[in-house]
Amino acid sequence: MGKQNVVVVGGGLAGLAATMRLAEAGIHVDLISMVPVKRSHSVCAQGGINSVNEYTRQQGDNEWLHFDDTVYGGDFLQHQPPVKEMCDWAPRVIDLLDRLGVTFNRTSEGLRDQRRFGGTMYKRTAFAGATTGQQLIYALDEQVRRWEADGLVNKYEYWEFLGPIVDDQGQCRGVVAQDMFSMEMRSFAADAVVLATGGCGLVFGRSTMSMICTGGAAARAFRAGANYGNGEFIQVHPTAIPGTDKLRLMSESARGEGGRVWVPKKPQDSRDPMSIPASERYYFLEERYPKYGNLVPRDIATREIFDVCVNMNLSVEPGRLCVYLDVTELPPDTQKKLDGILEIYEKFQGDNPRKVPMKIFPAVHYSMGGLWADYERNDKTGGMVMGSLRNQLSNVPGMYIIGEADYQYHGGNRLGANSLLSCIFSGLFVAPTIENQLASLKDGSAADAPSSLFEGAVKEHKQKTDDLVGNQGDENPYHIHQELGDSMTRNVTVVRRNKDIEETLSKIAELNARYKNVSLSDKGNWTNQNLSFTRALGDMLLMAKVIAQGALQRDECRGVHYKPDFQITAPDADNPKELRKQATTWCQSFKKKNDQWLKSTIAKYKPGGSGDVEFSYEDVDTSLIPPRPRTYGLKGAEIIEEVWREMLAAADNDKKAKVGA
Amino acid sequence: MSKSFTVTIQRQDDPHSPKYSESFEIPYEPGLNMTTVLQRIAATPVTSDNKSSTPVAYDSCCLEEICGACTMVINGRVRQACSALIDNVLEESAGAIDVKPMSKFPVVRDLVVNRKAMFESLKRVKAWVKVDGYHDLGSGPRVSPHEQEDAYPLSKCMTCGCCVEACPQFNDKSPFIGPAAVSQAILFNANPTGKIDRDERLEVLAGPGGIADCGNSQNCVKVCPKDIPLTDSIAKAGRDTTLYKFRQFFGR
Repeated sequence: MGKQNVVVVGGGLAGLAATMRLAEAGIHVDLISMVPVKRSHSVCAQGGINSVNEYTRQQGDNEWLHFDDTVYGGDFLQHQPPVKEMCDWAPRVIDLLDRLGVTFNRTSEGLRDQRRFGGTMYKRTAFAGATTGQQLIYALDEQVRRWEADGLVNKYEYWEFLGPIVDDQGQCRGVVAQDMFSMEMRSFAADAVVLATGGCGLVFGRSTMSMICTGGAAARAFRAGANYGNGEFIQVHPTAIPGTDKLRLMSESARGEGGRVWVPKKPQDSRDPMSIPASERYYFLEERYPKYGNLVPRDIATREIFDVCVNMNLSVEPGRLCVYLDVTELPPDTQKKLDGILEIYEKFQGDNPRKVPMKIFPAVHYSMGGLWADYERNDKTGGMVMGSLRNQLSNVPGMYIIGEADYQYHGGNRLGANSLLSCIFSGLFVAPTIENQLASLKDGSAADAPSSLFEGAVKEHKQKTDDLVGNQGDENPYHIHQELGDSMTRNVTVVRRNKDIEETLSKIAELNARYKNVSLSDKGNWTNQNLSFTRALGDMLLMAKVIAQGALQRDECRGVHYKPDFQITAPDADNPKELRKQATTWCQSFKKKNDQWLKSTIAKYKPGGSGDVEFSYEDVDTSLIPPRPRTYGLKGAEIIEEVWREMLAAADNDKKAKVGA
Repeated sequence: MSKSFTVTIQRQDDPHSPKYSESFEIPYEPGLNMTTVLQRIAATPVTSDNKSSTPVAYDSCCLEEICGACTMVINGRVRQACSALIDNVLEESAGAIDVKPMSKFPVVRDLVVNRKAMFESLKRVKAWVKVDGYHDLGSGPRVSPHEQEDAYPLSKCMTCGCCVEACPQFNDKSPFIGPAAVSQAILFNANPTGKIDRDERLEVLAGPGGIADCGNSQNCVKVCPKDIPLTDSIAKAGRDTTLYKFRQFFGR
């Protein structure tokens, strides 16, 4: 019997957490990554990582409230048991990171310092300067290096995952990957394959994501039969610095300290912004939301900036969309508090934001959706059964999904500082499942599978690659990517209208046709980045279809998915009686909407059919916390909440009466 | 006619092929950085003398100067391509830009080099905290804000290679592990749990390729994009290895 082996694809926080935990259990891991794992996209996370802690407990916080904030923030689209398990584990995850030497900021007593983040009342967020993601991934990278030195981990850095190897019984038996230097292609036999391959921001052209976040790996698993959940849920952060190569995040604290968002009233006014008088400036957030001003919630700020630029054509620049984020009026000592983020702006834009307003625009930031993953519910705790063979398992046996690549933890919208947690948690938690899976294999290891299976898979990928390299056409892959990104960003991000999404779907179909005529400018067989990009472009076109079609079909507003044509009309009456009546109608519509749409979108690859992708809808396990309306900013918020509680109680009584009869 | 500028890139098709250089004419626009220029060349790889070429191979990932991938030598200075703003670079060089791969690592292709040696050095100095296991054992030891402020800057090292590129002692004829690895050894020797392996790290620093190979040129600290106090780490490594050797000599 051959030696048992696990392949982990992706060396960000999730992949590294899984790798170190498996190695600790004595399981050999081949870790495959397109970049040296230390350079994975997790390094870009800045803010911190959430967990209940001793400080918040004394204010009444507990794991349940963290869980509640997370599902409320996600607009109830997550299955609740995995989220509960994650929040229960969060304090232990942070303790472990602390032991691994993460340089968390400290209180004077030497304890971990905490800050407050969006979507909660508590200071749950531990942080390491402004580079928490970097500090966490370094700690895990160091641990994996330790196991590598011990011989339990083989790293394949600069290797690109091309697809899983699935046998006739539908079992995943390994992967095919390609050395990005020598272009050698080979198979890796595995008794379990773990995909920790991150998000797909590059489908939108430029985003806050790294250049490797194409969604290529997810698309390759999708083509091999893995289902994809909630693809249409893509988080857009309101303030990023538009760059010619990528969009870099600009923290919310700039507005927290008094920064103001504005555009010139005259479209694309070419004057120096400092010379434009106040009367000719449109402070649109302050005018539209007098109560909250520039500190409206993230999704609203994002939508309004989008509206001003796209619908009102008031973008500051003619060639690209942006608005001013102005901290020039702040006193020097307040500006000083913002030094960290102002320096980023200065470094990358070359302008001093203390003297010139910053140009910012919302940017695609995180994929809540991802490859479908299972879990086993623990009926005693409401969480997951640790070590269950189903946890994080895709619908392809033997293939597990963790980190941003999975769809499990964030539902319709992710709370800040929960992503680092979900990545590390799912990585650590999948390990006992895989240990049990390996122990349960009675028929030897994947390496004993017929060699024809592996040779066949490699041959297939070689053929595909040869076809792509040999393609004779006149289409430029970089131009197709730019057109895809432009259309997706314009129509399938912040404000979604079915007519626009349909236009993008036609565009995707057109680009798919043109992709068939794509021609490589490098046909060589050594470190061919042109090939790698063009291959990923084919995958991005498929992911774009999953995202756009999912968005088209979901006729409602939920979390980041905002369709004004399907928004429930907010109560606006001044008369209390009338307001209550309106709130009742609102709640009835809300219930109807949930009955129809409180479901995960499940996309399945069906080649050859009408459009390659088939959609179905999966009920969401909301058994622990009943869904309730998110009413932030609504005029009748209190009355809506009151009416909703009454409706829930009445439904409950009805149920009891029926059981009694 | 709109303005443009010339970028001359040192190319090499593979590790065994000769070096050659190619120039590309890039239309000027405000806000460009070096990675955008390389993206533009990839999209339309046509040289200044109108010859069809191949995209220039280069490493890049985060584009925020936090991953360390896109390190290269631009106008003679080693730095990250993402934070090399074209306006600034043009000012340095009166209108022309010269780009080369780092010289201290084997070239894979064009601007892509293999920095594996740096990661191997991290293995040699055991740059990790050897915890008992990943099960729940409560929180780590308390750390004063002062200690955190010392550790955090060292912990920001992204293994980009700038320091070794600038180091006269780091080359293929010398076994020197380089400033980054020395500094990581110091970081983990200061960690309350990591210091348990202190002597093993000092043994490496005291041995061949260790701290004695540092020529004290202080170039490393000048080029570090993260302002890591590398020379402080090196000085500390010198003191600690001396003390270590004393202890060895007296048998304790």
